[in-house]
Amino acid sequence: MRTIQEINEKIKKGKVVVLTAQELAGLVQEKGVKAAFESVDVVTTATFGPMCSSGIYFNTGHSKPRIKFGGGKVTLNGIPCYTGLAAVDLFLGATAIPDDDPRNKVYPGEFKYGGGHLIQDLVDGKDLVLEAEAYGTDCYPRKSLKTKINIAELNEAVLFNTRNCYQNYNVAVNTSDRIIYTYMGILQPRLGNANYCSAAAMSPLLNDPLYRTIGIGTRIFLGGGTGFVAWWGTQHNPGVERTKSGLPKCPAGTLALIGDLKTMSSKYLVGTSMVGYGTTLSVGIGVPIPILDEAVLEHAAVKDEDILAPVVDYAHDYPNAKFEPLAYVSYAQLKSGAIVVRGQKIQTGSLSSLRKAYEIADTLKKWINAGKFFLSEPVAKLPGAGSDYKFKALKERPL
Amino acid sequence: MINGVKIVIHFPKDLVDKPITYHLVKDFDLEFNILKAEVNPDEEGIMVLELKGKKDDYHKALEYLKKTGLKVQPLSKDVAMDRDKCVDCTICVPLCPTEALVVEGAQRQVKFVKEKCIACGICLKACPYGAMTIQF
Repeated sequence: MRTIQEINEKIKKGKVVVLTAQELAGLVQEKGVKAAFESVDVVTTATFGPMCSSGIYFNTGHSKPRIKFGGGKVTLNGIPCYTGLAAVDLFLGATAIPDDDPRNKVYPGEFKYGGGHLIQDLVDGKDLVLEAEAYGTDCYPRKSLKTKINIAELNEAVLFNTRNCYQNYNVAVNTSDRIIYTYMGILQPRLGNANYCSAAAMSPLLNDPLYRTIGIGTRIFLGGGTGFVAWWGTQHNPGVERTKSGLPKCPAGTLALIGDLKTMSSKYLVGTSMVGYGTTLSVGIGVPIPILDEAVLEHAAVKDEDILAPVVDYAHDYPNAKFEPLAYVSYAQLKSGAIVVRGQKIQTGSLSSLRKAYEIADTLKKWINAGKFFLSEPVAKLPGAGSDYKFKALKERPL
Repeated sequence: MINGVKIVIHFPKDLVDKPITYHLVKDFDLEFNILKAEVNPDEEGIMVLELKGKKDDYHKALEYLKKTGLKVQPLSKDVAMDRDKCVDCTICVPLCPTEALVVEGAQRQVKFVKEKCIACGICLKACPYGAMTIQF
């Protein structure tokens, strides 16, 4: 047994032993669980991929005379912001696009610039153009404003992602006779390719499948800076079918994350365009797992071949909200470059970048070793596999 | 002999109705493979050809194309990968028809093998980060 407090003491003294999830899997294979547990204090996990439920809120400071954005309209580089907060607080999400973007009018649309790209530009220190129209009040008389803004001048700029770090994900294929453009990429007809999106054995929630250590308040690497788990993510679905070792066989747990955008980097917050679908933000996340006991370590030593993902048809089943997987395949198979479904060999591609995930896990390891990053005790647990917490479909009640 | 030389032919608006490929075969005895063609009435067009035949005939054919008013250039430097923009996700890899994009090494980096590229352009559409560019 080991406590987070003890681990933090070791970090302070420079005596902590940190391994990346990849290194741990190797060590366990070589020396076994017991010996590995004796020597390892922390395992770093990571992921990098498009995560649409990402966004920023920020406070611009007050102009003279004052203007109240609420109830009015604000755009940033032409992209509409959410104004329904106090006078100069704004929210902007990764999938927002300018009103004059042609969208899918010329199919498939290119979606070259949206919220995700804007977040990258802001983090990069580029000036952005803010345009506001307001209705004017006695205390906030100004009715229009056009100005450049820069992250350095904002009061707060906070990345607040309502759903990141999906614990496992679908493998997308296309059984129809035409090419389709999805958030999982271009899918060629007649099972022409299979796209997946998980860091698998490196992925945070697959290294802690029962949420033993990751909870609300866990300090993390977020977008190149530090952040925290704010809550469980939207669509959190812990009660799905799992393997004997507790690994979910389909998309399951999720995390809501928060952190100071001013500490982050455009290396790990990258604007992303999915042709025919829209814009999003690719986010780099690293989560440390304190090795509290042997069971935690065993879970963190997970291998790609142990994790199964459902192969889902994005031509018919996904659009109609049907979950009838064509097959289950392991991430070891997916990473080999091809899978076999219905007797057909299909080449695979990933949206999640393992090169970036390795880089993040390594950076987080260095931060901990250097005494720059301490682990935090979660203040509350995420709803677990045994809870009755569920992701429900919309029950339409037509009027 | 030339074998597998790739050229890009640009058609101005007023020449898109010319039966160019017919003349390449009939008058210059060249074997061709159309790698890409976007030739529409009243629009500027583009065609990428892979050619095989006698060197002399090839040069005469190029002369003919230029005289007709078409712009011709080799395909050597067209598709490029911007390493700074590529995140090595690998989403482009299964889409590439000629395996010019491959996954390499333990870090799973994407490598662009230019010699295998036929400039079909699907990687440009597929790349979520705009890392692939084409220049005709």
